[in-house]
Amino acid sequence: MPASGSQIGQIAGTAVPVRGDDIDTDRIVPARYLKEVTFDHMGEYPFMDERFDPQGNPRPHPFSDPKYHGASILLVNANFGCGSSREHAPQALYRFGIRAIVGESFAAIFAGNSLAIGLPTVTVPHENIEKLMAMVEADPTVQLTLDLEEQCINSPGGVIPIQVPDTARNALTQGYWDSAATLAANESKVRQTAARLPYLKGFKS
Amino acid sequence: MSQKTLYDKVWESHTVDTLPTGQTQLFIGLHLIHEVTSPQAFAMMREQGLKLAFPERTFATADHIIPTDMLERPFQDPQAEEMMRAIEKNTKDYGIPFYGIGSDHQGIVHVIGPQLGLTQPGMTLACGDSHTATHGAFGTLAFGIGTTQVRDVLATQCLAMDKLKVRRINVSGPLSPGSYAKDVILSIIRHLGVGGGKGYVYEYGGSAIDAMTMDERMTICNMSIEGGALCGYVNPDGTTFDYLRGRAFAPQGEAFGRAIQYWRSTASSNDAVYDDVVEIDGSAIEPTVTWGINPGHGIGISEKLPQPEELADPAGARRAYEHMGFEPGKPVLGIPIDVAFVGSCTNSRISDLRAAASVVKGRHVNPRVRAIVVPGSQEVKLQAEKEGLDQIFSDAGFEWRSAGCSMCLAMNPDQLRGREISASSSNRNFIGRQGSPEGRTILMSPAMVAAAAINGKVSDVREYL
Repeated sequence: MPASGSQIGQIAGTAVPVRGDDIDTDRIVPARYLKEVTFDHMGEYPFMDERFDPQGNPRPHPFSDPKYHGASILLVNANFGCGSSREHAPQALYRFGIRAIVGESFAAIFAGNSLAIGLPTVTVPHENIEKLMAMVEADPTVQLTLDLEEQCINSPGGVIPIQVPDTARNALTQGYWDSAATLAANESKVRQTAARLPYLKGFKS
Repeated sequence: MSQKTLYDKVWESHTVDTLPTGQTQLFIGLHLIHEVTSPQAFAMMREQGLKLAFPERTFATADHIIPTDMLERPFQDPQAEEMMRAIEKNTKDYGIPFYGIGSDHQGIVHVIGPQLGLTQPGMTLACGDSHTATHGAFGTLAFGIGTTQVRDVLATQCLAMDKLKVRRINVSGPLSPGSYAKDVILSIIRHLGVGGGKGYVYEYGGSAIDAMTMDERMTICNMSIEGGALCGYVNPDGTTFDYLRGRAFAPQGEAFGRAIQYWRSTASSNDAVYDDVVEIDGSAIEPTVTWGINPGHGIGISEKLPQPEELADPAGARRAYEHMGFEPGKPVLGIPIDVAFVGSCTNSRISDLRAAASVVKGRHVNPRVRAIVVPGSQEVKLQAEKEGLDQIFSDAGFEWRSAGCSMCLAMNPDQLRGREISASSSNRNFIGRQGSPEGRTILMSPAMVAAAAINGKVSDVREYL
């Protein structure tokens, strides 16, 4: 079966911490930016209403802080990405330059949307995310390497194990995260499944 | 077929294959699309030369960007107009039925699917919107998805998914007067947390749920996602079948009898095994409102605002107080409001409008308050007008609007200004959700919104019954 995406095994780079539980997708991308019919400009919008006050004056936020400029790994707390199913949220983070997100937990739809665009979301327990955040806040130049095959993060402070569901890890490391081609390759089985469902025939006998 | 839940059964009957990744390829029986999360999916379809796999299983409407007080085209907002033109073109090019402006069937996607009889028990359903869980009220496995997955469903009628665990939530009844489905779901989320449903599907049951109408069950299932559960459902029963009988896309005549047999067979077995079971005393739930910045920040109307230290996430609670400008220990009753909104996929059905109207009848909206009623669909609007509800609302000082998502999500002209506080029958009190980054939202039932509108402050609807 064809793999339709690139194989994603390791993500190396500096990291940016965004602290707080339950950061919802309205905060990641306010709804007014969803009126654009393409994702092209989403990279300009992450956390817009936290980075600027209503008058447009900058407010302190890690995504505006020069010391985190160029970071490719986002560090978050629990239930990140809850709320709206807008794919604009992971698209905005990806287009901003984020290539992996490490957190305590992720909302289900957000994690699914991230996987579908090849953006890994991996989890670590609270004490380890605190350790990573503290490390990066103390020295933003710290290089982290997230290794999906070995299921760990290599840092100057040691090796930190990560959790990632086997299915997501397989999809990323084998290049199956963009599902369309894989799903389409099963067309005859899809037709067989459909033929067994009485509602598709209007329950005609 | 013993020991299986509805989730197990429907998952099995819709499983196409196991993918190389270990994910399940799941067939999607019904795909609903709207203007906001579909244009990029159609762009991918065109770029990749993909065809629509099951054109007869996709239906479209427009809801999010609709200016509910000014339907004339072109819309005043050029971005909304562009979005509207995109869905008109995409549905025309791909041969998808589209219920747009002027159609009697136009409305919020989660209101029209059930209303048309498209949503049926034992079915899988997907839509690029997190409140797709609403359709679970029918015993439907309904998944909210993103845009790339919308492309997947358009092109293959399938999704790549992992199977979840099932948590049974038993709500015992009867509910107390003044407490509605909205109070039940806010109370469930308060107790289980906004992330508590992670990894689970919620199956709602028990005597309180059994006694509910389909409208009420939809309100419950709608907010499953606010509790962190990807979907929620109620097993189909006589109430479900009675609702579906005679609807446009429901089976007719003898086929309806066969459908009932099938639908019954998809319900969870009496001896079904659950990964978790939670018991909620529905009779103890009083009218419930939120005080903070996520739907888990709920309290009963007679309670005092909680101390951050008493809560699971004190830091989050402190941030919530900072945004809302409220003080721990003070009553929630009596907090002044600026805006009252009856609407959204959670609470914009005919029974919601009737409940609000019964409180409003013969009374007047407080002059400080901007109050709007936005029916969930044009059909709900027409029905309400037939019953004279529009007159009751207008006489009281509410604006009577056309169908759309309106003030739930700030993608149309209905928005909060500055630090306004809204009493809202919608589903999310996130910072910025209703259009002003400083705006504040207090979630409650439509009847409670009506009471708040009249009093100009958070009120106890039981005083009006």
